[in-house]
Amino acid sequence: MKSRMGAFAHVASRTMAAVAAATLLASSAWAADPIKIGFSMAQSGPLAGSGKSALLAMKIWAEDENAKGGLLGRPVKLIYYDDQSNPANVPPIYTKLIDVDKVDLIVSGYATPIIAAALPIAMQHDMVLMGLFGLANNAKLKYDKYFGVAPIGEDPIAGVAAPFFGAADTLNPKPATVAVITPDIQFGHAVLEGVRGAAKTRGLKVVYDRTFPPSMTDFSTLVREVQAAHPDLVMIGTQPGQTINVARAIAEVGLDARLIGGGMTGLQTTDTETILGPQINGLVNFAYWLPAPKLQFPGSMAFVSKYQARAKGEGVDPIGYYVAPFAYADLQMLSEAVEATKSLEGDKLAEYLHKHTLHTIVGDVDYGPGGEWAKPRQFLIQFQNVKSKDPSQFMGTDHLVVVAPPDLKSGDLVTPFSKARP
Amino acid sequence: MPPFDLLANAIVAGLLLGGFYAGVAAGATISFGLLDIANIAHPAFVVFGAYAAFVLSAQFQIDPLVSALVVVPSFYVAGLLVYQIYHWAFERRGDDPMRGLAFFFGLMFVGEVLLILMFGVDYRYTSANYAATTLKLGKIALPLRQLIPFLGAGAILVAAQLFLRRTFLGRAILGVAQDHTAIRLMGANPVRLKRIAFGVSLALAGAAGVLLLILEPVEPSIGRDFIGRVFAIAVLGGMGSLPGTWIAAVLLGVIENLTSIFAGASWAPAVSFGFLLLTLAVRPSGLFGR
Repeated sequence: MKSRMGAFAHVASRTMAAVAAATLLASSAWAADPIKIGFSMAQSGPLAGSGKSALLAMKIWAEDENAKGGLLGRPVKLIYYDDQSNPANVPPIYTKLIDVDKVDLIVSGYATPIIAAALPIAMQHDMVLMGLFGLANNAKLKYDKYFGVAPIGEDPIAGVAAPFFGAADTLNPKPATVAVITPDIQFGHAVLEGVRGAAKTRGLKVVYDRTFPPSMTDFSTLVREVQAAHPDLVMIGTQPGQTINVARAIAEVGLDARLIGGGMTGLQTTDTETILGPQINGLVNFAYWLPAPKLQFPGSMAFVSKYQARAKGEGVDPIGYYVAPFAYADLQMLSEAVEATKSLEGDKLAEYLHKHTLHTIVGDVDYGPGGEWAKPRQFLIQFQNVKSKDPSQFMGTDHLVVVAPPDLKSGDLVTPFSKARP
Repeated sequence: MPPFDLLANAIVAGLLLGGFYAGVAAGATISFGLLDIANIAHPAFVVFGAYAAFVLSAQFQIDPLVSALVVVPSFYVAGLLVYQIYHWAFERRGDDPMRGLAFFFGLMFVGEVLLILMFGVDYRYTSANYAATTLKLGKIALPLRQLIPFLGAGAILVAAQLFLRRTFLGRAILGVAQDHTAIRLMGANPVRLKRIAFGVSLALAGAAGVLLLILEPVEPSIGRDFIGRVFAIAVLGGMGSLPGTWIAAVLLGVIENLTSIFAGASWAPAVSFGFLLLTLAVRPSGLFGR
């Protein structure tokens, strides 16, 4: 009997030990459940150049975060799908991320049309949405949990033209006329509105403001139309493929003005810069970040080194001054809110993001009530003395001269445009 | 009234671009118009041709124009293979043509993904110096990157037209297009003839791809921009008429540029496709269709 009791006790103690071990394992497994961050990102189609660059930056952030012990003591896992640069693919992707993948947090893919398609889904689920490089996405919706990740400021329509007109204001004598080259899409209309507003404020006459269809590839006739209008300023707001073709048409037609460029998306990426080579000289363009001394913040250069070491192997933009630091900062801000609030709830995260200064590799960020940066920090660069198609020329700031605003200036604006041409 | 040099340059630019689009549409005219194969992937094959020329140019320093000597025969062989698969999987069984369309859609997307995996999404371009040179004829500008594709596309169309009209094989292909059964009764193998014709169609796509690389930098999804235009040209030209294809393409090019001057570039596609609809209302078989 004693031995039977002993055997029972032995079995019972082993069972209890097994149950305890299982409970422990289960609880440690729960503790190790990752925090899932979901998003769509262009890996194909016209936005893929920047989309791939952004994705690499986000992967680097996740690795850095996990190396530090994760978020709220849990590892971070990125779940993403290729939106093919097509806004129509975005709603089903976010629905899947939220309903099937059960992500805890979402951020947007790259650029205005993609954010526009993701925003209603975020609103429907009352989730915070960080919008990467969107232009005026929240201007009409006024969603209190939207946070733009681009230093455009609370008036994005005015912000899009601000660096260009900031430089135009320094010209002597004052310019009198302006022409706009921009596509017939949401982005283009924002550019158009921004230019018209800036022109009105300064008493400039808009001498050409016809939009073009986004599929257009030959711009020689359009550039000649602009040339025939003899503008002092030519503001160009284009998307990557269009940027190359417009810049080539300018060179072939021989367009001249006192200032040309301003909003040419794509001129920030190495492939576009090298395709144009010396044809890029004289063009001015907006920029958000460069490794200029006044723009180096804690962690920014370490990130760029890490990014550049991996970029070539992963077949993405090898220099990565444009979207990559902001894609990293995008997740930095979200994670700062999560850590500070110890929460994944939209309300708490949004409140924190609105009320606190956020610390990122692109500098400190404060959000305004509209979900855009309270203080804009765009600047204008001019391509100068580019001699060849060697990509190394676009590293650093020797050929990418910051010409406005005055507090960030690294060199003088060369004007008229033809004076900066080879 | 716009200045004379603006109008003249617009017409010349429309001619140059339209001429190039005729080269892009030539292969589609053969597959769509003569063979009744809705090869929606044709513009994607043009992009593959551009990447083939890019690889030969970047790896072996072969000028894109010279690379056509390798690209065109390779694409002819690829065309034979693609047609064989299409015939075996769809045409032979008399399946709904929509399934064949899905096959070519699939080819287009798979091809695009393969290009992304192999080359990434960056723009690829030719480093040939002439691509940045512009000739001047008085006030008329002739950028070589547009003039060469215009002339090359013209050569493509002339060669294809001579092949179809002057060779025994070409006339047999035209015979298949007219009456499949009659050709079979005459002892010819229509499947073989269609295979050869499809090979020619893809060879033309390869040649157009070489010209595309000279015209502008390419990225894997750029073919999507051409789909509507290519098939509009094939239909407007008369479904199977190569001279009609050239005239339709040039007309669309010039109309678009003049629309840009008089009404704004945003109106250009609407005016072009309006012209297409109007033409089809008057001549349902297209400008040169029978």
